[in-house]
Amino acid sequence: MTAVSDTIDQVKGLTDQKYKYGFVTEIESETAPKGLNEDVVRFISARKAEPEWLLDWRLRAYRHWLTMVEPGWAKVSYPPIDYQDAFYYSAPKTKAGPKSLDEVDPELLRTYEKLGIPLKEQELLAGVEPRIAVDAVFDSVSVATTFKAKLEEKGIIFCPISEAVANHPDLVRRYLGSVVPYSDNFFATLNSAVFTDGSFVYIPKGVRCPMELSTYFRINAANTGQFERTLIIADDDSVVSYLEGCTAPKRDENQLHAAVVELVALDRAQIKYSTVQNWYPGDEQGRGGIYNFVTKRGACRGVASKISWTQVETGSAITWKYPSCILQGDDSVGEFYSVAITNHHQQADTGTKMIHIGRNTRSTIVSKGISAGQAQNTYRGQVKILPKATGARNHTQCDSLLIGDRCGAHTVPYIESRNRTARVEHEATTAKISEDQLFYCRQRGLSAEDAVSLIVNGFCKEVLKELPMEFAVEAQKLVGISLEGSVG
Amino acid sequence: MTPDAEDYSRLTPGLPWLEALQTEGRRRFADLGLPTPRQEAWRFTNLGPLGRLPWRTAPPGSTTLVPESLPSVVPAGGPPSHRLVFVNGTWRPDLSSPGALPEGVVLTGLASALTDHAGLIEAHLGRLAAVDGHALIALNTGFLASGALLALPAGTVLERPVELVMMGAGTDAERPLAWHPRVLVVAGAGSRATLVEHHVSLNRHPGFANLVAELFLAPGAQLRHYKVQRENPESFHLATVTGRLQHDAGYEGFLLTTGGRLSRNEVRLVLDGAGATVTLNGAYLVRGRQHCDTTTLIDHAHPRGTSRQMFKGVLDAEARAVFQGQVLVRPGAQRTDGHQLHRALLLSDQAQIDAKPELEIHADDVKCSHGATVGDLDDDALFYLRARGIDRDCARALLIAAFVNEAIAEITDPTVATAFEALADGWLTPG
Repeated sequence: MTAVSDTIDQVKGLTDQKYKYGFVTEIESETAPKGLNEDVVRFISARKAEPEWLLDWRLRAYRHWLTMVEPGWAKVSYPPIDYQDAFYYSAPKTKAGPKSLDEVDPELLRTYEKLGIPLKEQELLAGVEPRIAVDAVFDSVSVATTFKAKLEEKGIIFCPISEAVANHPDLVRRYLGSVVPYSDNFFATLNSAVFTDGSFVYIPKGVRCPMELSTYFRINAANTGQFERTLIIADDDSVVSYLEGCTAPKRDENQLHAAVVELVALDRAQIKYSTVQNWYPGDEQGRGGIYNFVTKRGACRGVASKISWTQVETGSAITWKYPSCILQGDDSVGEFYSVAITNHHQQADTGTKMIHIGRNTRSTIVSKGISAGQAQNTYRGQVKILPKATGARNHTQCDSLLIGDRCGAHTVPYIESRNRTARVEHEATTAKISEDQLFYCRQRGLSAEDAVSLIVNGFCKEVLKELPMEFAVEAQKLVGISLEGSVG
Repeated sequence: MTPDAEDYSRLTPGLPWLEALQTEGRRRFADLGLPTPRQEAWRFTNLGPLGRLPWRTAPPGSTTLVPESLPSVVPAGGPPSHRLVFVNGTWRPDLSSPGALPEGVVLTGLASALTDHAGLIEAHLGRLAAVDGHALIALNTGFLASGALLALPAGTVLERPVELVMMGAGTDAERPLAWHPRVLVVAGAGSRATLVEHHVSLNRHPGFANLVAELFLAPGAQLRHYKVQRENPESFHLATVTGRLQHDAGYEGFLLTTGGRLSRNEVRLVLDGAGATVTLNGAYLVRGRQHCDTTTLIDHAHPRGTSRQMFKGVLDAEARAVFQGQVLVRPGAQRTDGHQLHRALLLSDQAQIDAKPELEIHADDVKCSHGATVGDLDDDALFYLRARGIDRDCARALLIAAFVNEAIAEITDPTVATAFEALADGWLTPG
């Protein structure tokens, strides 16, 4: 079955099953008291048996957070968030900690099965070489990590960040907060104070990671924010591709998700970070849905290093996310490929920052925004060329597609050049699906909805082709699902 | 900046509505203060240096000048033009030559227009340039003492350009002068006119021009509005142009900037009727430590509007330029066609450019695009010329001139196009 007809089937199959990941797993949680104060920060740190320096760091972040105000510049609107009306720690109740999958709560495993994550070791099931290692984050604690042994052979560290704090404190201490300092912005600072889990990856010198690494995030317990923190370090000449997928159950209230992702690429290292974000977007009336306020930043510290962000954003009631690259090393490369789809009452304000510091640094930005229903979709990006970035080069392409006359599509690029030899190009277009394209498809027997899905997939192709194979199919399906009900 | 109380000037006392408006403007400015880079619209332009100078409001001047010595973009010897001359913001009838005007056309200084056309002015002044929320408009309104009124009855056509020559002539570098003129254009249905603004300095003293223009274009009216600002490099020049186009009205604007220490042209045009068209182009050529800001907002509020913008910038030495161009398409403004292009050439390692083109679209059946490029001259083009025996400096000059002239060539009035091209060439080949 081709991907396109698969997409169409997916849309058909969803007429009465709007958000298929909307189920709640009944597991007893151990939860910190409601609200946020220094005691909660200490509680989280104590639960995780963290060293003193990390608790200090969290407390510094918390105290700094108290002095900050929530940013208001993004083109999103939502009722004020009561930060005291949420739980900041929720861990599935387990014994000392699972040693193997057998010890994992079967209820949990069934949840992942419904999500279609190949958590069980595929080599046993299919007898083939595994290609994806999953570090599953269930609410706040990583429950199982697969393929660890295989990765360890190569010296690759892939584990929950709390485990890395215990086992690799030097690496964590050296790099945590080195790309996104605890004082960075309101949401990143909040995350620094209360982050609970996330993934840690270290790829040693000269190692090409033999499989795609993957984290599947999932917010489960009601009223818990998810504050995961991911740190990926690619040492000299290493290569890694990391996949992140997100879903959340259907709930009426809004839930906060404020994650931080930090990437560090040393000399000639390459990091590819792909996201399919499918958090619960709220219903047709805009009730419920995730507030997704995420800080993602990569530092190309080494010469000729490369960081590539690819994101497909279809979920969340509100998305506030700007995966960025700091191009410090000479000849380093930054890339940002994004598809953001908003429907009904969703609001997305997303884009990137490319900070050119080193000589001959290059960056490419391709952003595709699709807006339907009454949704608002904004591309906000910054390309900054500093005085030493001789020979720097940037090309930005932003395209927006509007479906329906009550939605909005906005483009807000900032271009700041301080070097004569740098070349920066920015192009943006906004249009609707042309009547001719629709007519052509309809004439060949496609329904209006199938035709839209087909055309939109074509519109996004430039970005979708950047996704690893495992994600590309899911992303194509999501494009169809997300636009469900936007025409006809 | 706090102008002295005794320097408070008013347009003409005795009109209650005007006094109320000016009092409100002063009150709003006192609340708002000068904009700072903390405000998004002023992110890249810092008025700090302006705020630190001890400005005083310019008194009605009596600087001795002869009309023949004054600069003009309309060449002498041709058919007579319509000319109003302002010195330090004050209208100088002795230097002006409004010429023969068609029946019903009003072209005069704003203060004198208040005697005969108070009703017309009351109906328009401050209607587009509202004082609330905009500090520079509030400042201009509060201290408004002079300006120009151009009113065209329906169907009138002015064949020759109207030229406003605005000159700065400070006398004391320690106590620099500030002036806040207003240009009011009320173009009746189907009328046509060309308005040229020419801003120059007569000496090296700093001046601060805070100009506000309000342009009312009735259905089908066509206005061509060209501006050149070549004040001395000590001057501050802030202009806020507001315009409203009713259905099928057309506006063609061009902003040429070579002068000023710190200058900003902020143009806010509303396409307030179906089928309106806007062409807004410009070129800025800056060097030394000049700072030049171009900020535009094209507000498509009704269907079938068209807007075209092309701005070209050349920056040398330590110059800084800012371009912020927003195209807004409101809900229901279907079949809008909006296009914007900004290109900047950096000729030196110390020059800086900040560009923020912006699209905000709330209707689906639209075609909107913007493009922005920043960089040095194309190496291939330079090589092509050098391979044909043209030396490096010559080749560069040729390419820069071609780059700028692409925008100037869009000016549809041939006299103005020729004059602006000559001004740009003069900048490119100094001495």
